[in-house]
Amino acid sequence: MMTRSDTYDRFAESAGEYGVELTRTTAESLPGTIESVITTPVVGAPLPWDDCSLPEPVPTDPSPAELDAAVTGVSAASLAVADYGSVVLEATPGGGEPVSLFPDEHVVVLREDDIVPDMETAFEWLDEQFRDTGGSAIVATGPSATADMGSLVKGAHGPKEVHAVVVT
Amino acid sequence: MSSESRAAKAAQIRHLLDTEGDAVATNTRGFNRGRYDSVADLEEYQGLKDEARAIKEDAIERLPELIDELTETIEENGGTVYIADDAADANEYVAEVCAERDADRLVKSKSMTSEEIEVNEHLDREGVDVVETDLGEWVLQVAEEAPSHIVAPAIHKSRQDIADLFNERFDPDEPLETAEELTMFAREKLLARIKEADVGMTGANFLAAETGTMALVTSEGNARKTVTVPDTHIAVAGVEKVIPTVEDLRPFVELIGRSGTGQDITSYISLFTPPIDSPAVDFDDPDTPITDGEIDREFHLVLIDNGRLSMREDDDLRETLYCIRCSACSNTCANFQSVGGHAFGGETYSGGIATGWEAGIEGLDTAAEFNDLCTGCSRCVEACPVGIDIPWINTVVRDRINETGDDGFDFLVDGLTPDAEDESSPTLQKRVFGNFETLAKLGSATAPVSNWLGRSRPVGWLLEESLGVDRRRELPAFRRETLVEWADRRDETTPADPERRVALYPDVYTNYMLVERGKAAVRALEALGVAVEVPAAPGTGRPPLSQGMIDTARAKAEGVVEALEPHLEQGRDVVVIEPSDLAMFATDYERLLEPESHRRLADHSYELLEYVYGLLENGGSPDALSVADGEERVAYHSHCQQRTMSLEAHTVAVFEECGYDVTTSDVECCGMAGSFGYKTQYYDLSMDVGEPLAGQLRDADADHVVASGTSCTDQIGDLLGVEPPHPIELLDPGR
Repeated sequence: MMTRSDTYDRFAESAGEYGVELTRTTAESLPGTIESVITTPVVGAPLPWDDCSLPEPVPTDPSPAELDAAVTGVSAASLAVADYGSVVLEATPGGGEPVSLFPDEHVVVLREDDIVPDMETAFEWLDEQFRDTGGSAIVATGPSATADMGSLVKGAHGPKEVHAVVVT
Repeated sequence: MSSESRAAKAAQIRHLLDTEGDAVATNTRGFNRGRYDSVADLEEYQGLKDEARAIKEDAIERLPELIDELTETIEENGGTVYIADDAADANEYVAEVCAERDADRLVKSKSMTSEEIEVNEHLDREGVDVVETDLGEWVLQVAEEAPSHIVAPAIHKSRQDIADLFNERFDPDEPLETAEELTMFAREKLLARIKEADVGMTGANFLAAETGTMALVTSEGNARKTVTVPDTHIAVAGVEKVIPTVEDLRPFVELIGRSGTGQDITSYISLFTPPIDSPAVDFDDPDTPITDGEIDREFHLVLIDNGRLSMREDDDLRETLYCIRCSACSNTCANFQSVGGHAFGGETYSGGIATGWEAGIEGLDTAAEFNDLCTGCSRCVEACPVGIDIPWINTVVRDRINETGDDGFDFLVDGLTPDAEDESSPTLQKRVFGNFETLAKLGSATAPVSNWLGRSRPVGWLLEESLGVDRRRELPAFRRETLVEWADRRDETTPADPERRVALYPDVYTNYMLVERGKAAVRALEALGVAVEVPAAPGTGRPPLSQGMIDTARAKAEGVVEALEPHLEQGRDVVVIEPSDLAMFATDYERLLEPESHRRLADHSYELLEYVYGLLENGGSPDALSVADGEERVAYHSHCQQRTMSLEAHTVAVFEECGYDVTTSDVECCGMAGSFGYKTQYYDLSMDVGEPLAGQLRDADADHVVASGTSCTDQIGDLLGVEPPHPIELLDPGR
């Protein structure tokens, strides 16, 4: 049986293989932690958890111009998959999808409790979630990438860097 | 195929080898190595494959019902579903949607189905500007070329080719050079196009009927922008993409990236249940927050039949619909690695599975153009994450092409090859290769005259002109005394108290030409305490099968059973020397024979070295064989089908137990595969495929080079100048 800490370690290792940086923090210190990893201009999507909030410098409700200008986008992941180092980003009316996609750097916030060990568990969750809500989500693993120009390059269309902030 | 068209084919292949071969080879081999590494890390690989196949089998079985369910769900969600009979129908619908939205520009993420219907050309005629946003597809759009690979469409272009193209076409301030510069240039250009788009078009890798969720497997992020930015989304997908639920996506998510490009998972698996709940991003109104106001999105799913529902009714083509377009069959295919999809492909699809797709969607004519490039080596079957028997689909299509073919040589061929298929007329070349056994009998009966003739210049010219047998290939030498005759005539040497009794199957090559390996096999088995009989038996039917002559192959199979069954009844095991013949018994005969006959033969047949391995494991002493002192080095090339059957290890283990130091080749194929390399139109390709093998064998710098299959030994003989023996000849106690 995997403990919670094992699951975190496994996630950290897998995500690390894709060049994802990780910072572990508490709900209390979350705003400060986010502030320390973002580069401005920044845009965000509201975090869906009562005890977690974005720091003051992160505006939500971005306009297309702000999205275009932003260097960093901050949004939440609903779930993470330890085996693959993946995060599940839901498409929400609050603009989580464009915020996680347009800026060069994506800061993804997730709760340690939401890291599941494997794809099987993740898809059980997605199946249930989608059946209830008809939602949409991206299983994102590392930054955007392409090898179409002769060697691997990060940031073909989406973010070039991903930073995961994990709330314990 | 006439000698002119063979020459034209050879010229086309040579041109592609020269211009695109290197880039294709580097990229496909990279993907393929990645696949080996990535699946090796996956503990439950086989379980996931079984699960994936079961989901597809079930989904195709229940397809009409699932299409109804999906339609209902999407319409409940607020989207529209249009079921298009064919490409024209689909294109008209897409154009209508664009017209209703007054769309000037449509941005598109990569989709083979949209290539299939040629929607870009149609929309262009209707005045809609279509921009490909996948980097590889965009390169091809700029270059005005067609994809050469299912997953990596511009795989045939090197970085330098792309840099030259961009610098010439766009004349940037600073010439672009590195992959990073090229990617960032494309990113900026395409972002500008996406911002101005009115409609986004995607394909769909999978569609879950229960929730109306589509899965898009990508890495770049352009599919996400295509769906997120414009408020109208059109997805085009073949009807076969429907599966029951979101949960069913899981095995595919774990398999598709690994199988295709060797990534454990691609950067983005998008699971969209359209119309999605994400605000559209209207760059014409740059200052209004996107989250203001209603999310008012429009979604159209165009489900395309275009021959698929007929394929579903076709017992032999049905499995094509299980294909998840991962391209593993292309990447693992030695011929594809050399020449790419512009030779090994049809109007849309390329690689091994393309024959099934093109035959079902475009028709036999299109499939005939490249179907011969599948040599039936079977390496793709284990690479395919849903276990499609691609060589069988190719064989069936070849058979159907034969039935419609007419090369005007019938009057001549009927006399030469009396057992040609009923009512059919495969080309003269195919009929001669398919009836090789008849020639072998004749050649043996008239040896050595037949061998002098075969090597004479006029006969070489005649064979090349009329049959397309390449003059650069040395023809096999027939032996006057066959293996069966030798075994009949020799003194009784059976062990007095045999441990086991076997019937050694005298395949056509061993019996008429490579008699020495047959004698070595008999001696080795007897030295290990086995009583050996060599019954007269016909060929397995492999040559006619590989020429698509299924009826002839079936008749051979029945003859083999008739010859071997009495031996099986007396408790003998069947030992097979030629690996492709064992593959016939094990798998192909399942399609050709009654289940019981097939099972009895398959269950009691063994590859020669596999059998020797078993004897040594069960107390046999290697000292009975010709052993080495641990210093002698052997470079061993296992036959492709032998590797598919996981039988390479047995030969290696036997050599090691007998004191040899063994290295093995890990190239996909030798480039011969039966008659393929003898055909003049494929000679250059065959040699190109063989080069990596020749390199490995040279590098091994061994005392002995050995190979299991006849075609491999022929090819290695031509590549290295010395024909390698079969492993058993090295172990022969009479050596």
